[in-house]
Amino acid sequence: MFFNSLLTNFAALEVGQHLYWQIGNIRIHGQVFLTSWILLGALLVFISLGTKKMENDPKGLQNLLEFLWDYIRDLARTQIGEKVYRDWMPFIGTLFLFVFVSNWGGALIPWRLIKLPSGELGAPTADINTTIALALLVSLSYFYAGLSNKGWRYFEYYVHPTPIMLPFKILEDFTKPLSLSFRLFGNILADELVVGVLVFLVPLILPIPVMFLGLFTSAIQALIFATLAAYYIGEAVEEHH
Amino acid sequence: MLAFDFFGTTEGGLFDINATLPLMAIQVVALTYILNALFFKPVGNVVEKREKFVSNNIIEAKNKLSEVEKLEADLLSQLQSARSEAQRIVSDAENESDKLYKEALELANNEANASKEKARLEIESQTSAAREQLAKQAGDLSELIVNRLILEK
Repeated sequence: MFFNSLLTNFAALEVGQHLYWQIGNIRIHGQVFLTSWILLGALLVFISLGTKKMENDPKGLQNLLEFLWDYIRDLARTQIGEKVYRDWMPFIGTLFLFVFVSNWGGALIPWRLIKLPSGELGAPTADINTTIALALLVSLSYFYAGLSNKGWRYFEYYVHPTPIMLPFKILEDFTKPLSLSFRLFGNILADELVVGVLVFLVPLILPIPVMFLGLFTSAIQALIFATLAAYYIGEAVEEHH
Repeated sequence: MLAFDFFGTTEGGLFDINATLPLMAIQVVALTYILNALFFKPVGNVVEKREKFVSNNIIEAKNKLSEVEKLEADLLSQLQSARSEAQRIVSDAENESDKLYKEALELANNEANASKEKARLEIESQTSAAREQLAKQAGDLSELIVNRLILEK
């Protein structure tokens, strides 16, 4: 796959190609870490600037960050409940910010202008490793939340209305991370592919509405991921009577 | 033109799961702690401090409002009692003046009646005195006439 003309350089799609980094005898996808470091670095700079001088009358960036904080708190509070949402708010917020920044960063920044020896830069969430990592963290979190809040009574949840539910609830523990990871992965990858194919076929104007749709999808996916994570944690800590 | 080798290659592919996964998980956990320290805690402190400040102010304002309402009610009741007191005083004074007027009227009436009676008695006594005098003069005159008649004879 070598495209020499300028046009195809912009439009080339390299699906399933990765920039491998060899560390000892493990191999990792370098492009995922590269983009995630750039985006998270930007996020951290943004947040440090906004929280540098905190005032009682918020101005500028602080205002925006407080709005974001409030938004995440509402999300965590409605899904997890008044009692323990404080413990989980940073995690939910981090998931939201990470997914949101990754999705939007992947969609907004013209990564394809940077040529890599293999693979290409893009949204970190378009890599299955990232989404599975996030989904497994969510799984671990809701188990931990349930066990730490209710002890062994957490497992009552599996037989909650009737013991007939037991196999379904066990199955759910597998389908939750699976659906979480594949939903995010699929949406973001599909968006990148659609935009890529359209840019490749019709380089002018036509991809723009699809790009906007992609931005919309990206934001929605971040919200869905964070909401579902919070919902699972809320489900685990909920008291049945 | 497009390279859609999903599972075909020995290396790579869309579902190539490797050490990226645990490393990304560690990175996200680290990010959680960093964001908690940089973002969630400080912003939360500021926002919650402000929320507390606002709710305290609201409570204080409510207290003040209820105090004002209490004072207002107090004032209103004082005003009411003052008004009824004034009314009472006015009606008392009216009664008093009425009584005084009646008393004065009665006194004046009595006095007038008494002086009328006195005048009547005086008139009566003068009338009778005048009558007596007239009668005496008539007697004298008749005696005189009689004496003259006797002398002429």
